[in-house]
Amino acid sequence: MMHQLTLSEISKALIAKEFSSVEITQYLLERIKQLDPQLNSFITITESLAMEQAKAADERRAQGKYHELLGVPIAHKDLFCTQGVRTSCGSKMLDNFIAPYNATVVQKLINAGCVTLGKTNLDEFAMGSSNESSYYGPVKNPWDQTRVPGGSSGGAAAAVAARLTPASTGTDTGGSIRQPAAFNGVTGIKPTYGRVSRWGMIAYASSLDQGGPIARTAEDCALLLLAIAGFDQKDSTCVNEPVPDYYTFLDKKLTGLKVGLPKEFFSQGLDSRIASLIDNAVKELQKLGAEVKEISLTNMEQAIPAYYVIAPAEASSNLSRFDGARFGYRCDNPKDLQDMYTRSRTEGFGAEVRRRILVGTYALSAGYYDAYYLQAQKIRRLIKNDFVRAFNEVDVIFCPTTPNPAWKLGEKVGDPVAQYLEDVYTITANLAGLPALSMPIGFADGLPVGGQLLAPYFEEGRLLNVAHQYQQVTDWHRQVPTGF
Amino acid sequence: MALEQTDVEKIAQLAALKLNESDLAESTVMLNNILQLVDRMQAVDTNGIEPLAHPLEATQRLRPDMVTEENHRDEYQKIAPSVSDGLYLVPKVID
Repeated sequence: MMHQLTLSEISKALIAKEFSSVEITQYLLERIKQLDPQLNSFITITESLAMEQAKAADERRAQGKYHELLGVPIAHKDLFCTQGVRTSCGSKMLDNFIAPYNATVVQKLINAGCVTLGKTNLDEFAMGSSNESSYYGPVKNPWDQTRVPGGSSGGAAAAVAARLTPASTGTDTGGSIRQPAAFNGVTGIKPTYGRVSRWGMIAYASSLDQGGPIARTAEDCALLLLAIAGFDQKDSTCVNEPVPDYYTFLDKKLTGLKVGLPKEFFSQGLDSRIASLIDNAVKELQKLGAEVKEISLTNMEQAIPAYYVIAPAEASSNLSRFDGARFGYRCDNPKDLQDMYTRSRTEGFGAEVRRRILVGTYALSAGYYDAYYLQAQKIRRLIKNDFVRAFNEVDVIFCPTTPNPAWKLGEKVGDPVAQYLEDVYTITANLAGLPALSMPIGFADGLPVGGQLLAPYFEEGRLLNVAHQYQQVTDWHRQVPTGF
Repeated sequence: MALEQTDVEKIAQLAALKLNESDLAESTVMLNNILQLVDRMQAVDTNGIEPLAHPLEATQRLRPDMVTEENHRDEYQKIAPSVSDGLYLVPKVID
């Protein structure tokens, strides 16, 4: 039953020599091969690399080397470059791309001694909220395989929920760590923008993207975040701020903690079952000593319009590098240069990516820049100001992660706007650049539901503390989907 | 202002994407739906508000103007579809 162990339990068992890294790695690889075909949560299984890394980790331990993550197996979202391993971004465009280097996040975890089990499935170029836009097919939610796992880190969250890996890296541009974490009953944290290097993370929307961990518990997220956070000279948007030991925050009592409930997040459109689970979670936080206060974030309703201008605009620019000339997919027999660019891009990108490129190209085109991109960036400041005011009154904000539980596969495929509206509670943290965490708070008709915590800049430790304390008195995060 | 199919064709051309007849009609409807959603933000008064580019107000870090890149030609060429004598081979697309 090694698969039921959390990442920190595996770490302790490895230190206590209850089993070796080779044993746990082999065990999980077998489990992935046996169970993943029904979920499709992995794009690539890196069996030989994993076994090499596991052997090396065992040797390092035998030599007396120590790190909490030494020999611990994890997976990476297939958007982080991994040296010598396909990095597809869930796209036909990069189906043949073998990255020649490791992303900083990946390299830091390798340096700590982590073992790479494989690369997890995602919405193509991280664009989506359901993991149905991957070139490698949709991922299924292990709690109900007729439903989506959320996106874009849906493969990562499904793999963690199904106990195929204790943790995976993820990325979050508009909620892509937190929403799938909520839909799969696991814990995920999006750090402050700039806290974790984006170098080697294939860019979607550069001013919003941020990498972070998805695991079963806040404790596991703390261990992983400690390993990946910090300044990176190679990423010009990375912030040079000292990284605290997140692990030391976990046991702090919540007595006197001021929790803000933003009234705008509890209006029409929120599933009543989720509203009721949020109420229960708030009561638990109060029992732990927290004080609750209603707050207002007045510009929240502008978050989705602003996001769906900024993200596609930046995506259209970032994805202009995929032209068939330098790397990635190239069409057959181009008749001239323009034909090569156009056919390579049209054949290489899927429908959702093409759609967002079109929106972004329009928003940035001559005559529309001020009305769209500039206006959206101004609204972004208004949203940030709302949060700054709120954090003068409260220590953390608590709200739902999503307005609804996981929907049926195919249900929103033909209606992108309906899917975009599902990101309503997560997008604000990306626009403001704030850290945010999703943790399991219960079930709605058998489907996991997430509660979201937001904190001021660089207060990831506070989020992990609140989530860990909550997880000491609840067992939602310990529930296992049937069959896994 | 709703986009016409000719507008969408022009946008696709700017984005180096090709839309066939049925794609064009469907894309026009979807783009108009998305623009209807994003147009809600036009109602917000943002006079005098500074746009926010980096949430932490950070500016681009500069470094001394010195070459820092190492030569990775061999690693990069390993993943290229076709190379010869240290050069990348590409299909002939210009007569």
